[in-house]
Amino acid sequence: MIATPPPSTGPIAPPPEIRDTSLNWIKKNLLTPWYNALITLAIAGLAGLVLNNFLRWAINLDGDPNKAQWNVIPANLAIFAVGRYPDEQYWRLWIALGIVAILAGLSWGVVARSVKLFSRNVLIGLAIAACICFLIPVPISPWRLLSVTMLGLVAGSAWLGQQLGRKVPQLGQYTSFAWLGSFLIYLWLLGGNLGLEPVRTGEWGGIMLTVFLAIISILLCFPIGVTMALGRQSELPVVRWFSVAYIEVIRGIPLIAILFMGQVIVPLFLPEGMRPDRVLRAVVGLTLFSSAYLAENVRGGLQSIPRGQEEAAQALGLNAPLTVSLVVLPQALKAVIPAIVGQFISLFQDTTLLSIVGLEELLGMSRSILANPNFIGRYAEVYLFVGVLYWFFCYAMSSGSRYVEKRLNTEHR
Amino acid sequence: MTFNQEHSIPFWRDDRFWKIALQVIAVVVVAAFASLLLYNLNINMQRAGLKFGFDFLDNQASFDILDSVAPYSAIDETYKSVFPYSPTDNYARVLQAGLVNSLLIMVSGIILTTIVGIIIGVFQFSDNWLLRKGSELYIEVVRNTPLLLQLFFWYSAVFSQLPRPKERLDFFGALYLSKRGIFMPWPATNPLLWFSLGLIIVGVAGGIWLWFWRTNLIVEKGQSGQTQLWGLWAIALTLIVVILFGLGWAFPHELTLDPSQFDARDTERFAACVAETYQVENLSNPTSEANLALYSKCLWTGNFEYGLRLSLEFAALLVGLVIYTAAFIAEIVRAGIQSVAQGQWEAARALGLHSDSTMRLVVFPQALRVIIPPLNSQYQNLAKNSSLGAAIAYAELYNVANTTYNQSGRPIDVMLIIALTYLSINMVISLTMNAFNRAVQLKER
Repeated sequence: MIATPPPSTGPIAPPPEIRDTSLNWIKKNLLTPWYNALITLAIAGLAGLVLNNFLRWAINLDGDPNKAQWNVIPANLAIFAVGRYPDEQYWRLWIALGIVAILAGLSWGVVARSVKLFSRNVLIGLAIAACICFLIPVPISPWRLLSVTMLGLVAGSAWLGQQLGRKVPQLGQYTSFAWLGSFLIYLWLLGGNLGLEPVRTGEWGGIMLTVFLAIISILLCFPIGVTMALGRQSELPVVRWFSVAYIEVIRGIPLIAILFMGQVIVPLFLPEGMRPDRVLRAVVGLTLFSSAYLAENVRGGLQSIPRGQEEAAQALGLNAPLTVSLVVLPQALKAVIPAIVGQFISLFQDTTLLSIVGLEELLGMSRSILANPNFIGRYAEVYLFVGVLYWFFCYAMSSGSRYVEKRLNTEHR
Repeated sequence: MTFNQEHSIPFWRDDRFWKIALQVIAVVVVAAFASLLLYNLNINMQRAGLKFGFDFLDNQASFDILDSVAPYSAIDETYKSVFPYSPTDNYARVLQAGLVNSLLIMVSGIILTTIVGIIIGVFQFSDNWLLRKGSELYIEVVRNTPLLLQLFFWYSAVFSQLPRPKERLDFFGALYLSKRGIFMPWPATNPLLWFSLGLIIVGVAGGIWLWFWRTNLIVEKGQSGQTQLWGLWAIALTLIVVILFGLGWAFPHELTLDPSQFDARDTERFAACVAETYQVENLSNPTSEANLALYSKCLWTGNFEYGLRLSLEFAALLVGLVIYTAAFIAEIVRAGIQSVAQGQWEAARALGLHSDSTMRLVVFPQALRVIIPPLNSQYQNLAKNSSLGAAIAYAELYNVANTTYNQSGRPIDVMLIIALTYLSINMVISLTMNAFNRAVQLKER
């Protein structure tokens, strides 16, 4: 099957592209040699068959019970988004989303301060997003307006961020602190207390809980993971053994067993009367799990730093902690940004496992919807919808990280 | 540096002091933390009336688990699980059954996902645009959706939607799919089976040895290796013949529907079924028209004998795991092949090797060095992810252990069993793959 070597990625410039007519293109890419024509035919036939059957099932205008019944999605849109969060407190979530939108716009503007902000592709994307927001089949019309407003906030603050970023180039650092600081505000808005009506974590759910769990776990696992990575690379045998034992034991056990441990065994290890709530126990499990994997990623970064860096720092008179924190770690972490983003994406996907231990995050919520007698048997519709949502989030994260990486990585070239 | 100067450094700025002190601090902190946890555990367990110890493993489990892989047993005239278990057995036995189910998924999953992953990975270098883009689409879709969601989809939206036994799907009379499970051909137990299996193992080992010998002859001595090639062909042909005819393949046989074709055993079975279903003791003429209409429930549409029965849970978990892991393996294979420098391809061509020898002798051995370490972690991931079978009611180790915990109320013991089992399975995978890795690594001097 392999007829040509992979394209070279070396410094040699590729030969000038020869413009092809579309007929030639088809002939070259689909029909020659003869077995390619057969493969093309087979794939096209199979894809056509699958697509045909899928469309016949998915497009259901006459209410045929054997075909897809999509009404389960719009009827439960709010539940998919925020679970059983009380209706009258939705305004708090909108404010939280608004802060996220403003911060996201600001960061985008600051990162892209040296390029044209609203290029054609971005404008098209925004227009499509606005159309989707406007066409969402929600029963309550203020929602549509609010979601379009959120888009407006992103665009507006992106412009503001670009203007500010050009004047104050250090703004980039402040935006990351703003993200961290805003987290406390979200916690307060979501959970209540301190003047707001408290909402129990049992009422959190849907996409909101998924995103919350993923973000808080990655934040918490970061210090543990970096410590463990440093410990594993340490020349002190006892510290190294402890770190190796932690990392290897956690990595050898399935996540579901660790979550089970978090739900059942962690309360047994705590003093009398202390019984943290379910979401917190889930966070403990996820954090334990992902810190071991993060430690391995960071170790990869540490190993990629040449020994000369450490020796040079020592020659300058820096002691061990300063060598690590000022010289080794910044370079090591920068080298593993793609791996860390990849891990964040898999952590985002791993939050689905919490549906097995009874939390109603996005997948758990859709399972409860499927258990509702009105929507029984609508598995394919709900799972396809949820799958598209997860796909969208993960794809956005990976392409976003590629974009930021390209923008930040200006010095190597 | 003189003796005096060395002693003039205050101890808190002495590197050697801190090296020891830090380790002591680490030990003390870990020990204090562990003893605090154990102290709490002790108090909590006493108050809750929990005990620690593995004596509960001898108690009767009294819960049933679904068969996963069940070949037809001619002696019992039914499909019998590869690891028979009944609710009267003890917890140790049910945990072993769960382990067997887990191992079945892991082994078949690793074999299948390697094949699928390599094929998809190689597809990405195809000349065919449709094939290339199709495999990219598959990888993007699978990698960006959670495995658990995919498993739910396969189980609830695909395999559970299979037709009822009466309308079973039939693929060439060899493969039958229905709600009752998946029936496929399988070697029947016969005395020849062991002989044939031995022959296959000897043949494969001899073939591998001959292959390496031939490559060695070609590379080191410049011989054509034609004689050895004939030997390889002969072995391959023998193996095919043995596999096709020596194993005694039994196809799933649908029990006959037409009463005129009933043999004595069919009539007997029909009568037994009627007696059981309708509480009729004496059936004068079971196959008369009137009786048949009445007893239509006992016409065995979708009932089979011979072959192998896979449960829907097993099939859904296997398909889900294979499709998920294969996407990652495809990316690993692609990265491995891409890591081989362009010059290697060109040099091989310049030496006059044609494209399959280039692949086999030059590119693939070098790509393998890049492929194996991440492949190791993918195999371990598949092994760990098999525990998600618990979510779709597949009776694998975690699922069984969870039920055991719920019934026996022994959280710590059960957790230890789960953790140690998965740790040892992952260690076996890791050791095997590391040994393999050492074999293919570049040997310098």
